[in-house]
Amino acid sequence: MSLKSFHLVFIIASVALMAFLSAWNFLNYRESQIVSDLTWSFASGVAVVGLIIYGRFFLRKLKNISYL
Amino acid sequence: MEIPYIYKARPDTGLYNAKVGIWLFLASEIMLFGALFSAYILLRVSAPVGFWPETALAWPRGLLNIPIGTFNTAVLITSSVTVVMAWASLQMNKFSHFRVYMVITVLCAFAFLGIKSFEYNDKFSHYVVQLKSGKAVTGHIEVNGKHPRFWNFSDQWSLARLTTESVKEISITVDPERDKHGHVKSHSNHAHENKTIATDDIQFLGSYTPATHPFFAVYFLITALHGLHVLGGALVLAYFAFPGAKMWKDNPQQFINRIEVGGLFWHFVDLVWIFLFPVVYLL
Repeated sequence: MSLKSFHLVFIIASVALMAFLSAWNFLNYRESQIVSDLTWSFASGVAVVGLIIYGRFFLRKLKNISYL
Repeated sequence: MEIPYIYKARPDTGLYNAKVGIWLFLASEIMLFGALFSAYILLRVSAPVGFWPETALAWPRGLLNIPIGTFNTAVLITSSVTVVMAWASLQMNKFSHFRVYMVITVLCAFAFLGIKSFEYNDKFSHYVVQLKSGKAVTGHIEVNGKHPRFWNFSDQWSLARLTTESVKEISITVDPERDKHGHVKSHSNHAHENKTIATDDIQFLGSYTPATHPFFAVYFLITALHGLHVLGGALVLAYFAFPGAKMWKDNPQQFINRIEVGGLFWHFVDLVWIFLFPVVYLL
């Protein structure tokens, strides 16, 4: 597995973590009604979108490099 | 005799020697961290309720600073992006870009370690004090007018040491009451209250360190081991960025391979943190 493939695995794991963090903060907000929880949930959601956009950019940029 | 496939890929596998080597090494690392994660989970699920005095929970929660942990996660994700960009820059024959990305990666690594040491320092001066009355308080203590610091192990205090050194009282800046997520409770006073506690009233005294609770034992073991990996990786990447970069002129393909191998290690270290952060900080 090349660095390209491992980087994709890493980005997928990061997206999953940020999605979890967003949901975790949102659940905390529903319980606590503290605005900072909602802010963190929104920021984590933005990170999910940002990482997906970056992943697509990365794939385009390195399309000529092998996955092996 | 020349060793084959030092930098050219073997035709049938498509791999050069160092890539096989780093994946074998990473497999052993997965077993190491996997065993530690398993230890954490087993200790946690088997901890008796009431083991942690303040909250009467089986396992302490809300003791780690989640915003700091989240920031450190962002720092490591950024470093993974820059290390792969450094490798891609070499593939595109842009050496100056490679160096800039590599320097950013190393700076991210040291930023991570700096933030982590700040967290460690806080834990070494943060104590749980269980009183003979059955109540317990947590906060930062001062003994003889001094805060314990993590770089000085002789600064650590226990009830036995307080008694041996005839310390009559300690002062503590009491933590505000928090919920299980670490939020200050709405009815709690946000201002930190200073209290003086007589040594005779103390049942147990322990800092947020391994000797006090298995949570801290596993937390410090895993995060310190991870931190050592970050430090080692940062030193190797810094070497590649400066003195080791001479190889780019003599044998560019081998240099690209070295960066790839270094990048694979770096990604592994960052991936460990991606699992470590939710397990230790959030759950």
